[in-house]
Amino acid sequence: MNTENLIALLVAAPLLGAVVLLCGGRRLDRVGHWIGTLLSALSFVIGLVLFTDMLGKGAEDRSLHQHLFSWIPVEGFQADVAFQLDQLSMTFVLLISGVGTLIHLYSIGYMEHDERRRRFFGYLNLFLAAMLLLVLADNYLLLYVGWEGVGLASYLLIGFWQHKPSAATAAKKAFLVNRVGDMGLSIAIMLMFTTFGTFAFGPVLEASEGTSEGKLTAIGLMLLLAACGKSAQVPLQSWLGDAMEGPTPVSALIHAATMVTAGVYLIVRSGAIFNGAPDAQLAVTVVGAVTLLFGAIVGCAKDDIKKALAGSTMSQIGYMILAAGLGPIGYVFAIMHLVTHGFFKAGLFLGAGSVMHGMNDEVDMRKYGGLRKYMPVTFVTFGLGYLAIIGFPGLSGFFSKDKIIEAAFAKGGTEGWILGSVALLGAAITAYYMTRVMLLTFFGEERWRHRATASPEQPSAEPAAETRGQHSEPHPHESPRSMTIPMILLAVGSVFAGGFFSIGDRFTHWLEPVTHHDHGDSPLSAATVTGATMVVLVVGVTLAWFQYGRRPVPAVAPRGSLLTRAARRDLLQDDFNHVVLVRGGEHLTRSLVYVDHTLVDGVVNGTAASVGGLSGRLRKLQNGYARSYAVSMFGGAAVLIVATLLMRAV
Amino acid sequence: MSFPLLTATAALPAVGAIVTAAVPAARRTAAKWLALLFSVATLALAVVVAVRFDPDGDRYQLTESRSWIADFGVRYELGVDGIGVALIALTALLIPFIILAGWHDADPLETKSSRWRPTQGFFALILAVEAMVIISFEATDVFLFYIFFEAMLIPMYFLIGGFGDRAHAGSDEKASAQRSYAAVKFLLYNLAGGLIMLAAVIGLYVVAGNFSLQEIAEARANGSLDMATNTERWLFLGFFFAFAVKAPLWPLHTWLPNAMGEATAPVAVLITAVVDKVGTFAMLRFCLGLFPEASKWATPAILVLALISIIYGALLAVGQRDIKRLVAYASISHFGFIILGIFAMTSQGQSGATLYMVNHGISTAALMLVAGFLISRRGSRLIADYGGVQKVAPVLAGTFLIGGLATLSLPGLAPFVSEFLVLAGTFARYPAVGIIATFGIVLAALYTLVLYQRTMTGPVKPEVASMPDLKVRELAVVAPLIALLIVLGVYPKPVTDLVNPAVEHTMSDVQKKDPKPEVEAAK
Amino acid sequence: MNPVNYLYLAALLFAIGASGVLIRRNAIVVFMCIELMLNACNLAFVAFSRLHGNLDGQIIAFFTMVVAAAEVVVGLAIIVSLFRSRHSASVDDASLMKL
Repeated sequence: MNTENLIALLVAAPLLGAVVLLCGGRRLDRVGHWIGTLLSALSFVIGLVLFTDMLGKGAEDRSLHQHLFSWIPVEGFQADVAFQLDQLSMTFVLLISGVGTLIHLYSIGYMEHDERRRRFFGYLNLFLAAMLLLVLADNYLLLYVGWEGVGLASYLLIGFWQHKPSAATAAKKAFLVNRVGDMGLSIAIMLMFTTFGTFAFGPVLEASEGTSEGKLTAIGLMLLLAACGKSAQVPLQSWLGDAMEGPTPVSALIHAATMVTAGVYLIVRSGAIFNGAPDAQLAVTVVGAVTLLFGAIVGCAKDDIKKALAGSTMSQIGYMILAAGLGPIGYVFAIMHLVTHGFFKAGLFLGAGSVMHGMNDEVDMRKYGGLRKYMPVTFVTFGLGYLAIIGFPGLSGFFSKDKIIEAAFAKGGTEGWILGSVALLGAAITAYYMTRVMLLTFFGEERWRHRATASPEQPSAEPAAETRGQHSEPHPHESPRSMTIPMILLAVGSVFAGGFFSIGDRFTHWLEPVTHHDHGDSPLSAATVTGATMVVLVVGVTLAWFQYGRRPVPAVAPRGSLLTRAARRDLLQDDFNHVVLVRGGEHLTRSLVYVDHTLVDGVVNGTAASVGGLSGRLRKLQNGYARSYAVSMFGGAAVLIVATLLMRAV
Repeated sequence: MSFPLLTATAALPAVGAIVTAAVPAARRTAAKWLALLFSVATLALAVVVAVRFDPDGDRYQLTESRSWIADFGVRYELGVDGIGVALIALTALLIPFIILAGWHDADPLETKSSRWRPTQGFFALILAVEAMVIISFEATDVFLFYIFFEAMLIPMYFLIGGFGDRAHAGSDEKASAQRSYAAVKFLLYNLAGGLIMLAAVIGLYVVAGNFSLQEIAEARANGSLDMATNTERWLFLGFFFAFAVKAPLWPLHTWLPNAMGEATAPVAVLITAVVDKVGTFAMLRFCLGLFPEASKWATPAILVLALISIIYGALLAVGQRDIKRLVAYASISHFGFIILGIFAMTSQGQSGATLYMVNHGISTAALMLVAGFLISRRGSRLIADYGGVQKVAPVLAGTFLIGGLATLSLPGLAPFVSEFLVLAGTFARYPAVGIIATFGIVLAALYTLVLYQRTMTGPVKPEVASMPDLKVRELAVVAPLIALLIVLGVYPKPVTDLVNPAVEHTMSDVQKKDPKPEVEAAK
Repeated sequence: MNPVNYLYLAALLFAIGASGVLIRRNAIVVFMCIELMLNACNLAFVAFSRLHGNLDGQIIAFFTMVVAAAEVVVGLAIIVSLFRSRHSASVDDASLMKL
């Protein structure tokens, strides 16, 4: 049997699940979650089969191709539904279906009390199908389908609790901001179409070597815009924080591990285009570096555990984008960090979900504290994820992040120094805010005990609390096994994945046929970079310890400095958006409605009114008096005669 | 001579209209079933037309030709190309759904039993419109086309003015006044366009000596008919004006929101998904076919107007408070895309525009009919009167969302294919225009999602708390349309195969070649 | 006598008739003034016939007389029925163009 025929099944399995679950109606309520989980697992198993098959082949023969059918055949414009499975796609397939399956499993417990659980699993399966389509497509247009498909799934899942206006608004915002990015992707595809006459990966990337830099820069910048939207990079980052309105498994799967990394995939996949466009690469690194700091700063100020993690996600993807912008030096590390981040960030989010599960869906970390006694499994898995993300030696994040910092220095010149320093600074802030999250949640005094009578009307972010009708003091407890098992597995990944990938540069060799690798020459030795990383790591952790570990934490956030307050509001980006785009847009549409009514329609109605008025006047001439008709007859005759005479005279 | 298939396809709904109208008032339900039967039979005939049509054969097929008014060279000439077949199929497909969706729209009002509501008339008029639209897609004689292009206005006028929503049951008189305003506005706008076109039709006869599309196009191509540049431009403008009113193109659009807002949802679908398509279709067939040089001359101005339509329509849709008017402005934006695709003069643009006509018909029908079901439940067209419907009527909300997603051209649904083709085709020749038009996709997401959010999500409003979900009849209307949106989004090949050769003919009419990709051109 | 003088007379009669139509209110008088104008035309026709030396003008004059006679029949009938219903023969009273 030809293994490439299996590729379509990767997408088909979860798609089938989505269709069955969404159209199946209430009779599937009792088994729906199992159907969803099984089909997701099926996808993972097929992925594993293809993976073992791929390992059995030589490095050059590993790219598989499956052509399904011709999609849009129009003169000069050929779009096919065809898949390509190479090492890069394979990495993603395993990450998506693997983490996806774990999160399906987790959701069975997490969503147990939700009456719409079947639909939730339908949406999750839809997401998996779209995401797999995104990474398996062999051309940009089909990738675009997956790209918007994940956007749709994300929209549906963020707004899953639709009766909450905030969730509905967040979902809409996410979709709209992503649409701005999509505009970039569609313009990029059109540019490819006019430049190369095609938008299939193979021909485009092949032809891009001989194409003018200007064209490639334009395409590259448009792809970057797309990546900014999907991966929540500055200036299109504002939706990610709000997206935390969705159920926590969604935040873990879509807004941490997989969908938001699609931008990185896009840039690495289009490596050949960026290699020929240094200006676009520079823009990519700048966006990555800015977001890296932006997300980290926001992450420091948030009291909502999920929003703090969202800031962290933004920042970590900033690292990946930065690495991807470095060119062949960085592609491999971008993807490696992406995979390890997939493990530990999903683990952290699931841990956060587990904490919320035990705390009546409270999300304010200031109302946590000392939870390690009550939730030992969550504490350990979250702690391992924490150590991995700050780059504790030997854990996953250490290997991948260190390599990115190294690669940033290796970029060379002033740029290299600036980017490298920013990446180092980011590492320090990461250590700071993650330690803060850790301390606030699992250590210190049990602040939730004081809260019980203080603020029963405290609005809780997740509505499940209302249905459960519990506003009394929470009784923190460990989550059920279906939730802890995925957390344990992800923790294992967070601990060992980085080391496994790095021994003998396994990951680099694996991806080399797709991304090509280039060592660059770093002005600093690897050991120096590692040493510096360790120093900033210690500094960050210590600072956080002094602020949140030694001193008691107030249950109500202090006013804070100007920067803190700005960071709490996402560095005022939302305010800017609100004033400039939302208000401005409202005024524009309102005035246009007015213009349409008074001016455009006014011209028409005015014409009608003046015709009406004129005929009103003319009507008065028809007064019924025979004599006045006679006068007009005589007048007319006189005019005719005079005219005739005048004509004669001339 | 073989069986006159095209005449039969147009005549069947006409016969149906007469038969339906003749049913006695007491047998109201029988009239509805008859109308449905005739529309389904027409669909069957349209399928036969599509099957008999050979995309790789002659340009016009299934042709019929009879002398009609010999003194003026007017002939009864019918023939279809791929574009015509696609649009006939669309029309025949949508009418049964329109009839089914409007099943109770013309029932006598319970509140005012004295008021006469001609149920049979409603369905007869719909069938009459269908007949005229189909023959407009078939006519290859300019005069024949003109007659039905204009005659369509009469049944449409009565459909808009005579059958309003029950939404306004409270203030009946005001609603009736607004409705007749909308109907008169519709009529006057289109009559004005039609009269200017009549002048151009006569002018064409003076210049060319006959009305046959094929003969004139042939004579123009081989040089035996030479038109002065200015003559051609004036005639082109005369035709284009009428089609631009019908399409409608900014700034001739203001009749559409009124008409669609006041008419019942099925009639609104009839206007925008069926009747308006005659305008864009005629631009492709008559403007480009008869006046290629003038078309090229006018292209820059038309592209600008189309761009304004796209952005302006979308922005106004964002600002609407009335669900149906919102859909109307969204349609104006979409018609901008269609016209953009036609006048970009690339194969992708024109194939995309044709596909767009079909897809827009289906997607607007899905969205508008569900909106109609929603409105009939609550009795209000105002967005602000809804909220949280998703909770009480999930299927209704789900179908509404899918209709909305089709309107915003989500990849995987049919409109995406056509919109992307139009954009790519436009971009290939006019990059700046293509980029500006791309902003339309962001705005489309904005108005659709804002509409969905305000009506379907949030806390359940007390007025909608007891709203029933979709009934079987309503589901039977919506489900096939949605299935079609998905099928044509994933596998549009049957339609593109039908359309491509026709577009090649049009491209050769205007003697334009697609721009070559840069890399290839460099070699 | 110079035939042109007949034309002057015709013009004079026509002017008198026209001003009568415009000024007078009594339908009978207006009617008679119309007759006067018709006859002025007849006179002009005959005069032209003489001037040009052919018979066309005289033939048209006969036609005019026939038409005038028919007009009298219809016109008088209308006036009489108007008078019967309104008890007045004023043209201004009939401004609604119906009985």
